[in-house]
Amino acid sequence: MLLTVDHVTRYFYDQPVRGVVQSHRLMPSQCAGQKVLKWKVSVSDGQMGGGFRDGAGDWVQGWTVLGPVNEITVHVTGQVDTVDQAGVLRGHKELTPPDAYLRKTHPTDADTGLAALADGLTTAKDALSAAHDISARVSDAIVYTPDTTNAHTTAAEALAQGTGVCQDQAHAVIAVCRHIGLPARYVSGYLLVGIDGAAHDAAHAWAEVFIAGLGWVGFDPANRCCPDDRYIRLGSGLDSLHAAMIRGIARGQGEESLDVSVTVQAAQTQSQTQQ
Amino acid sequence: MTSYFNEMYQGKSVRVPYARLQDWMNSMPAELRQMKQAEAEALFRRIGITFAVYGEGGDPDRLIPFDMFPRVFSGAEWAKLERGIKQRARALNAFLVDVYGRGEIVRAGRIPARLVYLNEAYEKAVVGFVPPKGVYSHIVGIDLVRTGPDEFFVLEDNCRTPSGVSYMLENREIMMRMFPDLFRENRIEPVDSYPEILRRTLASVAPMKCDREPTVVILTPGHFNSAYYEHSFLADLMGVELVEGQDLFVEGEFVFMRTTEGPRRVDVIYRRLDDAYIDPLCFRPDSMLGVPGLMDVYRSGGVSICSAPGAGVADDKAVYTYVPEMIRFYLGEEPILNNVPTWQCGKDDDCKYVLSHLNELVVKEVHGSGGYGMLVGPKATRDQVEMFRGRITANPHNYIAQPTLALSTTPTFVAEGIAPRHVDLRPYCLVGERIELVPGGLTRVALTEGSLVVNSSQGGGVKDTWVLAE
Repeated sequence: MLLTVDHVTRYFYDQPVRGVVQSHRLMPSQCAGQKVLKWKVSVSDGQMGGGFRDGAGDWVQGWTVLGPVNEITVHVTGQVDTVDQAGVLRGHKELTPPDAYLRKTHPTDADTGLAALADGLTTAKDALSAAHDISARVSDAIVYTPDTTNAHTTAAEALAQGTGVCQDQAHAVIAVCRHIGLPARYVSGYLLVGIDGAAHDAAHAWAEVFIAGLGWVGFDPANRCCPDDRYIRLGSGLDSLHAAMIRGIARGQGEESLDVSVTVQAAQTQSQTQQ
Repeated sequence: MTSYFNEMYQGKSVRVPYARLQDWMNSMPAELRQMKQAEAEALFRRIGITFAVYGEGGDPDRLIPFDMFPRVFSGAEWAKLERGIKQRARALNAFLVDVYGRGEIVRAGRIPARLVYLNEAYEKAVVGFVPPKGVYSHIVGIDLVRTGPDEFFVLEDNCRTPSGVSYMLENREIMMRMFPDLFRENRIEPVDSYPEILRRTLASVAPMKCDREPTVVILTPGHFNSAYYEHSFLADLMGVELVEGQDLFVEGEFVFMRTTEGPRRVDVIYRRLDDAYIDPLCFRPDSMLGVPGLMDVYRSGGVSICSAPGAGVADDKAVYTYVPEMIRFYLGEEPILNNVPTWQCGKDDDCKYVLSHLNELVVKEVHGSGGYGMLVGPKATRDQVEMFRGRITANPHNYIAQPTLALSTTPTFVAEGIAPRHVDLRPYCLVGERIELVPGGLTRVALTEGSLVVNSSQGGGVKDTWVLAE
């Protein structure tokens, strides 16, 4: 499927800030089923810093903006040709050992509630089925409900209240998988939602679980499926913080506010609307 | 009754390295000694060296007692130590390059994967990055104890930012001022080249993108840090700037320091700040001590960080037991310095042994430090022993055990005159383009009679450490 992306993140400061430093994971992963035709990241008044491919295969890119500025815009546009890989991450070069993804982090720490989601599941015979079951149980236990959690909500808190968004569900899948010894990680990326081509106020996130013999396999509890050709994978990490598309910090006293707009369209749909 | 190796006396005769100190000792009446001791303390106070060693906590303004009686090694003794220390420093660095690369030692089954990859000090963020010259740990502090004429054991390795080297330098400075004759009568190897060798070592690991004489700085958490004195002392002696996080900033592909003449590019950062705090965009987002964006510049070759982030995975107490294995695996050599025999409670047989010998052993938490979470079997009460039995049984992976070592003694000035007191040693090995070790180190001494605990928080002091020229 030919997907076009238009992703705008605007930062506003109520007082001018002296400068901004950001670290981006905004390049599509180099893997089977993702052919990048066009891709561009720009930062208003920005100077491109050092960039490198990290041990997990992500392209990490530094940016700096010299102030004073009141507003910054990070604009991502591109076009990717995708092919369904049934959720399996293939042809992706990385060096980080899967065991490094067994470590607990604050948002993915399994409390007794999360641990209970693993009841009766073992990795001994069929880790893949166990991962599917975990993803399904999380979808049931944390009902997708926007605006009931925030960026700092932990998996345990989301489970306790029974609602959350893709970030919370991904954290929960990760927590439960790690609890039974399956390496798991957080993935950020884009998803074609519906066919209306409407803008959304957030990008997407899901989980990847390491299955011996198969490798990393994606699970999207928010949509009760594995990633297919509607998905574009960008980067991964132990949790949402470490997989963030943009991590940034401003120098100065200004209070920050944020506006995000993400439009993902299938090219055919786009050409139809243009007619 | 345990017998301890006395480094000065063998029976009634004086061991060769200490020969000339016998006369010096006898020629000092009590009043002169007290006068000299007071003089030494005044000097230390004037210099302002009052920090706690090794992050032991306690009052940072407290003066650590200085004992004037030097600790002496012969040239031959030191030659062996030097070879052993350098060998260890090479193996530790080879291990770090490996576990952030292909992890051959894990694949070969020589060290358990979980010990490395689940270790809190293992930094996923630097996987695949090889620091300049393949060095992660540029200053390796190796803690040694001695139990006999030829018996030395490594207690622990410090691969991150070992402190205390300013004591090595100050102790020597003060001894030379107070007893110049001693330095004429004995041929003592100098240690004062340490700051210059450190500067050269740091400059030798300048980053890929540095095409000029590298600018080196020391990054300190600030004046409230217990080792701040040492940070400013070393900056001064090396002739480099001492900076805090707020003095540095990232612009484009490089790191700059604010100066009165405008921004100046920085090439090598000797940081005395833990990994978690050095960059809020990579590690703890709430850290105000570091430099935002530093890690992106580092990993793209715009600046060097010493020690390299992630170096701590090599000096963990559980990983320690595998250092002899690292030496064999990477260097194809036999270890010159021995580890203290260590039982890992995570292994069934070891655990069984430990539980039936708790009265004789020292039990430590794998991630513990500063003497917390430790059981000293021979000195523990029955309740303490039983409490540890419960803890070990509940969480065996969290504990290791070692025999209680008979630490050597050296003569030490005490209220009653001169008496043997137990000592340890921390030399500082510098690793860059070359591996270098100044002949000396920091000797810590347990000033309380019979005590084996040299920590300054528990009545420990420091001594000048001599290596005699052959």
